[in-house]
Amino acid sequence: MKKLLIIFLLISNFAFAGEAKPLGDDPALELRLKTLSQDLRCLVCQNTTLADSSAPLAEDLRQEIRKLMREGKSDQEVIDYLVARYGDFVLYKPPVNESTALLWFGPFLLLIIGGFVLFRVLKKHAGNEDIQAEDV
Amino acid sequence: MNRTFKFLIPLVLFFIAVGFLFKGLYLDPHEVPSPLVGKPAPMFQAPVLSDASKTFNSADMKGQVWLLNVWASWCGACREEHPVLMAMAKSDQIATYGLDYKDIDQEAQAVLDANGNPYKTIATDANGKIGIDYGVYGVPETYVIDKAGVIRYKQIGPITEEVLINKIVPLLKELQR
Repeated sequence: MKKLLIIFLLISNFAFAGEAKPLGDDPALELRLKTLSQDLRCLVCQNTTLADSSAPLAEDLRQEIRKLMREGKSDQEVIDYLVARYGDFVLYKPPVNESTALLWFGPFLLLIIGGFVLFRVLKKHAGNEDIQAEDV
Repeated sequence: MNRTFKFLIPLVLFFIAVGFLFKGLYLDPHEVPSPLVGKPAPMFQAPVLSDASKTFNSADMKGQVWLLNVWASWCGACREEHPVLMAMAKSDQIATYGLDYKDIDQEAQAVLDANGNPYKTIATDANGKIGIDYGVYGVPETYVIDKAGVIRYKQIGPITEEVLINKIVPLLKELQR
């Protein structure tokens, strides 16, 4: 009876292992896919990475990336493949180009303007200390 | 001397910010501009819906302006768009071709049988591979492709009457010249 139970457990275990196999065949490739897709945006649910999204399109794209990687494509080639189809929007880190220039350099521009204004105000106040005192 | 102007500066900045925010209210973050506009439409060959013996070849479209409408029977917004497509088919201004995206042939055919078929031919994309090549990320999506096979416009989401009148019809007139 005990033996039978053990055999039964073993068999059911095997069956289970066969069913729940979430990863692809190649763990190294899965790791590469995961690392790369964490920097890519899913277009269906836009605040989710391609790695985390459960949208059907994300699943299709992961499958497509797996295929490209198996064909020996580099990470950059995979990224280029996606950008050619979906645009820069798939990248979580936008590239520097004319349409994103304001995004990248805007903060520095504001910093310079702010610094300039501050400098002017301070200088003016330093020169007009007497008037300041009078005002108060 | 410029005292009077100075106190206006924050007000002006405020209105500029309001202007941007107001514009932002009318932008749809789901409309991601396609990098494919202005580029040659990806070539594809696919079985024709409900007639698998035939193949649709996008290369055969060269020399004519055509519309590629990506749809599916499971897509609710496609039903919304359907009457507009029917009206376009009736007006005979443009040849509309369908791409049945990740769908089951019988279900797609059932929708067409019930509501009418606005398409000249429908290619099927059962596994969504053609959709990926076209950068489809939600159905319906529609591409206007010119005589040279270049994508000239992409409509993300259903074609409304407004879009048809303001964007697609003027573009077609220009392209068909």
